[in-house]
Amino acid sequence: MKFRIYRYDPEKDAKPRLQEYDVALDPHDRMLLDALIRVKAVDDTLAFRRSCREGVCGSDAMNINGKNGLACITNLKTLKEPVELRPLPGLPVIRDLIVDMSQFFKQYHSVTPYLVNDVPPPERERLQSPADRDALDGLYECILCACCSTACPSFWWNPDKFVGPAGLLQAYRFLADSRDLAANERLDNLEDPYRLFRCHTIMNCTDVCPKGLNPAYAIERIKDLLVKRTV
Amino acid sequence: MKLATRRFDALIVGAGGAGMRASLQLAEAGLSVAVLSKVFPTRSHTVAAQGGIGASLGNMSEDSWLWHMYDTIKGSDWLGDQDAIEYMCRMAPQVVFELEHFGMPFDRNPDGTIYQRPFGGHSMNFGEKSVRRACASADRTGHAMLHTLYQRNVRARTQFFVEWMALDLIRDADGDVLGVTALEMETGDVLALEAKATILATGGAGRIFAASTNAFINTGDGLGMVARAGVPLEDMEFWQFHPTGVAGAGVLITEGVRGEGGILLNSSGERFMERYAPNLKDLASRDVVSRSMDQEIKEGRGCGPNKDYVLLKMDHLGPDVIIKRLPAIREIAIKFANVDPIKEPIPVVPTIHYMMGGIPTNIHGQVVVPMGGSPASVVEGLYAVGECACVSVHGANRLGTNSLLDLLVFGRAAGDFIVGSNLPARAHKPLPADAGDASLARLARLDSAASGESVAEVGNEVRRTMQAHCGVFRNQQLLAEGVRKVMELEARVRRTAIADKSRTFNTARVEALELDNLIEVAKATMVSAEARRESRGAQARSDYPDRDDANWLKHTLWFRDGNRLDYKPVNLKPLSVEAFPPKARTY
Repeated sequence: MKFRIYRYDPEKDAKPRLQEYDVALDPHDRMLLDALIRVKAVDDTLAFRRSCREGVCGSDAMNINGKNGLACITNLKTLKEPVELRPLPGLPVIRDLIVDMSQFFKQYHSVTPYLVNDVPPPERERLQSPADRDALDGLYECILCACCSTACPSFWWNPDKFVGPAGLLQAYRFLADSRDLAANERLDNLEDPYRLFRCHTIMNCTDVCPKGLNPAYAIERIKDLLVKRTV
Repeated sequence: MKLATRRFDALIVGAGGAGMRASLQLAEAGLSVAVLSKVFPTRSHTVAAQGGIGASLGNMSEDSWLWHMYDTIKGSDWLGDQDAIEYMCRMAPQVVFELEHFGMPFDRNPDGTIYQRPFGGHSMNFGEKSVRRACASADRTGHAMLHTLYQRNVRARTQFFVEWMALDLIRDADGDVLGVTALEMETGDVLALEAKATILATGGAGRIFAASTNAFINTGDGLGMVARAGVPLEDMEFWQFHPTGVAGAGVLITEGVRGEGGILLNSSGERFMERYAPNLKDLASRDVVSRSMDQEIKEGRGCGPNKDYVLLKMDHLGPDVIIKRLPAIREIAIKFANVDPIKEPIPVVPTIHYMMGGIPTNIHGQVVVPMGGSPASVVEGLYAVGECACVSVHGANRLGTNSLLDLLVFGRAAGDFIVGSNLPARAHKPLPADAGDASLARLARLDSAASGESVAEVGNEVRRTMQAHCGVFRNQQLLAEGVRKVMELEARVRRTAIADKSRTFNTARVEALELDNLIEVAKATMVSAEARRESRGAQARSDYPDRDDANWLKHTLWFRDGNRLDYKPVNLKPLSVEAFPPKARTY
């Protein structure tokens, strides 16, 4: 199978290049990650992240034939050859397919990504109705792979000021939690021309999410909460 | 050569469930704590756990920690230490409630309490019938737990060193552990990280087998580090085959499927577990179910063109239950097995999943070794928690849901113990002059080797050997041959070379360093398995089909030095209740 893979080693390369590979696959190779491991067996200088190989850890996000996705759950049969692989767009490249995710995590960390509830807890669990728990579905499953934020033009232009779809999805995950008591502070934190309102509902985030989540919907809900708060 | 150093009160290697539960306890107590991880914390393999956390909350059926304790001891085939098991089962409700208070999105019952599902080997009233004990977030319990722990650590301002790989322990002439050497992947820099307490929480090593549910990062780094530092590894012959890995892909399908009512079928459509475990059937413990599946396949009742798998049927649960309780399983089945479980069964085979053995510890997480006549003398400054540790709560076979519980209980216990030992008041001991030498020599060899064996090829040969010689059923001939092959492979590991000599994010170098750890785990496993001439829990020997309590009710200790074995007694004495003496084990 034929690949064109983005290569950049800061110690050797003045600028990035695309390297062509043609590797023989085993009949059991099913996903793009399987093929990448074949490539690495013949050229160990190719660098990429990977871990769980089942789409839950979020390590192997990359740009695959122009669209962000996870290599480990991208079926080889769906890919047109030569398969062009590039690092996630919009973040600094450390090497080959490995990007520097500091800016992405900085935005995630900026939304107070933990439950805030300073009322002393009961001896047992805090109670939550099944309906209130259902409100977290589609939010808590995020794997922080950054496919969404790095597909978002608003995040490309303002990665330092716009929280981005992944961070906002997590912001809403806590706003939506019946156990969280910091809704006002959370909304204050987001009520800003950049942090939230740089979202122009382009919907790339929802389109690329490998877990089928809908950050655009979560962002709309946050905007609704802000409107409700002012009236 | 002298390495640049950084100092902390406590250093944790590994940011999975156990490492982050420990770091949370330490950071919230105000200690200076650093957590080192090869991957961003939420990418640790705890994220892949699916089914639940075992705790006798009794939310949906009557339950008690004593029943949980009995099930765990029976599950361990009496090789588990009863003091540690009592401690874990008694603590279980508390650590689950804490996790809920941290924000864990547990599924709920109509009354608002945490949803619990049945799981293999967990029973009511000492084996009478199945009990609902597994506290679940759909089939993403590990993901929900790992993210919750990371979030809480963000709140506690824990300091993370992300994409750092620990290389070797630093031990001084007294045998005390003073920290680790570590490689920063992004820069290629090697540092000495000094700590008054070093906690290993490096997880499992399932990557020594060819067919494994484990992530690529599960290379037994903590085990390799301690083995090279002269600390033995305990009970390494005991590896769990999870009954339901997707055939061909190895990806895990939670036991929660059977907890929710799924069943296993052979080629004639028979629910064969009724024959092997008339009482708990498909929810017998994992070693029993895996052996039964292997037996069915061996006797020609496997499914598919090669009759090499069985079927996991769940369509009778109905789409509502599957979509609500098992959504990620459906996703995996569609992606990795081409079947929608709402309509069709999933092809499954027993697949390597979990390492019951590991670094020997006591219930405070302190690493213990035989010394001066005592089988459990403390190694000062060194702790181990989670899958890399052997405390031992799982003995010869772990029950489903007891792994996440183990991470929470012993991560917390080690954290508490260290907080109680007043580290800030103590000075750092001076590092020995040769602190970085061993690590630098390993790196120098890789830098200078112009040609040699391929890391990928030698690694694959290790995995093929373990799979062929240390599978579900073992015998003397297979194991003796396996020992010989693994020792040959060790020599090949020392002759590997990599083409990539760069410093920046050199993943070829990381994989070569991981292979140094994998081979130690492989040797320990094969040698320990060859020596144990009985069948107990996950060690099933066709030449010694029975459990032999007279000769083998004891823990194995494997020493890297001289490839030597020693043994220590099982603790059959609980902390406060009557002991559960060994008896026949049926489900």
